[in-house]
Amino acid sequence: MPKQTPLYDAHIALGARIVDFGGWNMPVNYGSQIEEHHAVRNDAGMFDVSHMTVVDLQGAAARPFLCGLLANDIGKLREPGKALYSCMLNHAGGVIDDLIVYYLAEDRFRMVVNAATRDKDLAWIRQQASADGPTINERDDLAMIAVQGPNARQKAAGVLPPEQAAAALALKPFSAAAIGELFIARTGYTGEDGWEIMLPAAAAADFWGRLNQAGIHPCGLGARDTLRLEAGMNLYGNDMDENTTPLESALSWTVAFEPQERDFIGRAALEKQQADGVDRKLVGLLLEGKGVLRAHQKVICAAGEGETTSGSFSPTLGRSIGMARLPAACGSECEVEIRGRRLSASVGKTSFVRNGKAVD
Amino acid sequence: MSNVPADLKYSSDHEWVRVEDDGSAVVGITDHAQGALGDLVFVEAPEPGSVFASGEAFGVVESVKAASDMLCPFGGEVLGVNSALDDTPELVNTDPYGDGWLIRMQPADTTELDGLMDAAAYEQFLEEA
Repeated sequence: MPKQTPLYDAHIALGARIVDFGGWNMPVNYGSQIEEHHAVRNDAGMFDVSHMTVVDLQGAAARPFLCGLLANDIGKLREPGKALYSCMLNHAGGVIDDLIVYYLAEDRFRMVVNAATRDKDLAWIRQQASADGPTINERDDLAMIAVQGPNARQKAAGVLPPEQAAAALALKPFSAAAIGELFIARTGYTGEDGWEIMLPAAAAADFWGRLNQAGIHPCGLGARDTLRLEAGMNLYGNDMDENTTPLESALSWTVAFEPQERDFIGRAALEKQQADGVDRKLVGLLLEGKGVLRAHQKVICAAGEGETTSGSFSPTLGRSIGMARLPAACGSECEVEIRGRRLSASVGKTSFVRNGKAVD
Repeated sequence: MSNVPADLKYSSDHEWVRVEDDGSAVVGITDHAQGALGDLVFVEAPEPGSVFASGEAFGVVESVKAASDMLCPFGGEVLGVNSALDDTPELVNTDPYGDGWLIRMQPADTTELDGLMDAAAYEQFLEEA
């Protein structure tokens, strides 16, 4: 039986179509996925992301532990509350998962990892932690709601007491704070402004209902996928996995090779790959004509062949977009094989839309 | 609950068939099918004059989520396709039994139509699925 989040009954009451996603019964849409997508781009939408895994690390050993565990450098986090996106690599440089880590206090960090990778992530993290390592505590007592869109913060602030609303609205991008019983982060997975809000599971349904009354549209995982794809955000398991490194997944920007003495897991493998030459790259594809890109379609370019890793219809652009892993020497044009036919696509950056606007 | 008009015939692949006075038959997908597929963004229709056997794929509908083959509920020749779907595939979502029709066919063997379900049988089929 798939698991349910504390908001399951609320989803059913809102007429959600439920699917099994990584072992969780989650809403894929509440009617029209495209309307939900536009709600986030133009106004405010909210997502139940309680299926994601929250892990707290505590103790003086937390910082040195994360310094070795993550490919990005938590040393970049100067002020408590700051967040960092990182990959967690295996020794071969393959991506075990991507995550967000929050610096809460010198002896307290919080990580949010994917739902489908929960078991292997926790096993890996515990395996790497020595006996004198940090305390590792999964927070399955928390629910998480993401409110996203140009009006999301203002609308969500309206359901908070005034002093909490002021504190939440003062958060800078990629920052978080504990505010009352809420943990609010100005982060997201849509390319729009907004918050990701963690709160006690028992309080989630009531809070969700108040956000809905404040005019924030419930949105399902379907819209979440088209929004993240337009924003050029990788999806773990599609666009990268344990057999691909960040360097061939358009995630080089998340790997901190400086300072040189920081010896994180996977570093040696990535340095070797860099020295040998990275022969594949992850790119964005824009389909020229009609049709829809999907994951695992064959891509042909002058430099060789590759494969799409994600694909869908972009409601903002009105055309199909995707991501593909192609030979590094691939130029700006390719062809994608869709049901036996080859359709032209242009090759570019993975991000197509940011803050409601098409990226040139 | 999805809408199942009483005057149509239905296939187990969630297509509906309306037999016209001239013996031709209009084919579309049911309200249940459009709901399951989600927002349609692209319909790949066959050329008029193409001939398909019963159960053969005559086209593809793509939703935001996935591509699905459209299977012929009976054999015959394609007389016409709904060209409005080229620019407004969402008609299949908003009006699956009306403006969102897919193709018009000339059945090769009208006895094949007898194998389709009536509305009551299709409703029961949906309940059991």
